[in-house]
Amino acid sequence: MKEKDSGSMKRNRLIGNTITYIILILMSIIWLFPFFGLIMQSFRSYDSAVEYGGMVDYIIPKHFSLDNYRFLFSGETNYLLWYKNTLIIAIFVSILQTIIILCVSYALSRMRFRGRTLLMRFWLILGMFPGFLTLICLYFLLKQFGLTQAGAVPGLILVSVASSGMGYYVCKGYFDTLPIALDEAARIDGATRARIFLELTMPLSKPIIIYTALVAFMAPWCDFVMASYIAFGHDKSYNVAVGLQRWVWTNDYQGYFTRFCAGGILVAIPVTLLFMFLQRYYVEGVTGGAVKG
Amino acid sequence: MKTENKNAAAGGFSALGKSISQIGTTFAEGDWKTRLSYLIFGFGPLARGQIVKGLGYLATEIAFILYMVFFGADYLSKITTLGTVETAKKGRVTVYGDNSFLILLFGLLTIILIGVIILIWYLNIQENRNEELLLKAGKKLPSNRKALGSLLDTNFDKTLLALPTLGIFVFTVLPILFMICVAFTNYDKNHQSPSNLFTWVGLENFSKLFSFGKAGFGSTFLTVLLWTLVWAFFATFLNYFLGMGVAILINKKGIRFKQLWRTILVLTIAVPQFVSLLYIYKMFANDGLVNGYLLKWGWITSPIPFWTDPMLARITIIVVNVWIGIPYMMLIATGLLMNIPEELYESARIDGASPFQMFWSITLPYMLFVTGPFLLTQFTGNLNNFNVIYLLTKGQPQSMRLTDHAGQTDLLVTWLYKMTVTDTNYKMAAVIGIMVFLVTAVVSLIVYNMLPSVKDEGGFQ
Repeated sequence: MKEKDSGSMKRNRLIGNTITYIILILMSIIWLFPFFGLIMQSFRSYDSAVEYGGMVDYIIPKHFSLDNYRFLFSGETNYLLWYKNTLIIAIFVSILQTIIILCVSYALSRMRFRGRTLLMRFWLILGMFPGFLTLICLYFLLKQFGLTQAGAVPGLILVSVASSGMGYYVCKGYFDTLPIALDEAARIDGATRARIFLELTMPLSKPIIIYTALVAFMAPWCDFVMASYIAFGHDKSYNVAVGLQRWVWTNDYQGYFTRFCAGGILVAIPVTLLFMFLQRYYVEGVTGGAVKG
Repeated sequence: MKTENKNAAAGGFSALGKSISQIGTTFAEGDWKTRLSYLIFGFGPLARGQIVKGLGYLATEIAFILYMVFFGADYLSKITTLGTVETAKKGRVTVYGDNSFLILLFGLLTIILIGVIILIWYLNIQENRNEELLLKAGKKLPSNRKALGSLLDTNFDKTLLALPTLGIFVFTVLPILFMICVAFTNYDKNHQSPSNLFTWVGLENFSKLFSFGKAGFGSTFLTVLLWTLVWAFFATFLNYFLGMGVAILINKKGIRFKQLWRTILVLTIAVPQFVSLLYIYKMFANDGLVNGYLLKWGWITSPIPFWTDPMLARITIIVVNVWIGIPYMMLIATGLLMNIPEELYESARIDGASPFQMFWSITLPYMLFVTGPFLLTQFTGNLNNFNVIYLLTKGQPQSMRLTDHAGQTDLLVTWLYKMTVTDTNYKMAAVIGIMVFLVTAVVSLIVYNMLPSVKDEGGFQ
């Protein structure tokens, strides 16, 4: 009786696991398919003598060619310049935004000053306004400093960094979990707040620093609203998102689709590798942030 | 919650009253140095040897006066009309008149700066009083060095927050106040500065938003608002439950290659959205891969209008969003599921509970409890989820029933974006922006007070 029972349980578990595997495999196919298609189509030539660069009804190219990649590096487009712009923006935004968020989070988590909750509540309310509402106003502000069109790259960095203090939630949540007794002990030993921040809190905060920097680094690669508005009409100041998005939407009738695929692949590879490499910290950050809200 | 707010407000008022009466008593009881400080900021501290603080106050006052004389006063005087001198063409030369945009922007800035200078004036008085009290008690004033040093110690918060707060003020607070004002003007493509003036029109734009006539925005606004809410609902909860389901599947005992499955899914977070979403948009286009294969295999005779049929476009967007959202939720759920005490499941299993019962009465309540605030931020984030909509459909398909270029899949934010960029209809964009704020604020307030983790903080501990 007992043996029979465990036998049926085993069979049930086997069936259950098989179904699970089938679901997971199907999901993997669905999730990977767009990337597979993207890679395949980036190898289809846009040269009409070889193949066609627009939309076709097959995935695997008839002739594998590197024409699209050659095009990106050829100087016929500003692609390399866009890439450089995006990289510069991403690096600066990542560093400066991380510094600002760390400063704000430390002040809000560890110090008790007049107006602290008021400030936090005020920022929370500010965050409820849609970001694109202020597009024109930001444009005019930047224009006053000559940071649009030709100066769009520093302009974009300024805009992305300036308001980043409001994104302190995850980082402050992390600081809140660090034992306050450490701070108090150091204060009794005569350390100033600044020293505690730099020499005690910072070394303990590696995961959250990496998380903050990673998220800040990834955002500029996707930003096309602000970027296209500020760089308006000035091709050399575009970032990859703006440039490639134009290939899909406006140049598509000329068969730019496969060139978009190749350009996208070159953007995706380094960003994806970086993300996969630092995935652990990302998971820690989003999980912590989700629980504390 | 409410009484707390009331107390806070009452506390604020009594504090304000106290501050005002303190201004009076300080003047009455203070010495001549203090009294002169009422006019010349920082005079008292300077006279008492507090050079750093005194110079700081004095410099602020001088800077403010210079700003007002050379810049602020002019703009401030025009803010009631937003300019009267039209730009005119004299022969071939354009003579620029008033620039309404700058008048509104710098007029606002001036008003705020006046508020700031009043606050600094008050702080300056308080500083004088504190110094006098210290001296009266026979104590020494802190040295200049100490006063500066405190910026790294007891006043470290001011050092840390100064720059971030300034940045937020210039690039968020000021622009938002500006746009709120724009909602009460006629700033649009016929009133573009600097060549044309715009001016205050009161509540005209709001009444236009809620009028249902031919020229009104009423029905379009309601359609877009409804779709925004429906979208946010599905985008949040579908992803939430499906993501949790996938996490449970991968976490299941006996399933191998857990890390592999997770990595495959996480790819969607790693690859920049504009690459993956634009590709998917093309994949489902009428001449795209999906339709291409279905036609080739003879399953359909004409392409499925994934993006051009309003209903289908909405469904496709939600489905594609699941593709993006599941991995994210899966990551979060994986971490949280491991926190659920194993004993709970053990005892449930002994009681003979089925896997579904265990999910329903252990996993789900726990997850809802812990992730309540997260769900709220997800929901409000989805109300403003620009990327997914704009990269997939740009708000298309267009409809004759909707005014002002709103499409059938437009959210309030994408509509707002189109108004700003394509139509340069800034006044209505500002009105829509205020509406988005109201919707977000109302949803947040209602849901926040319903959250189990707010109502019952210790519920799961």
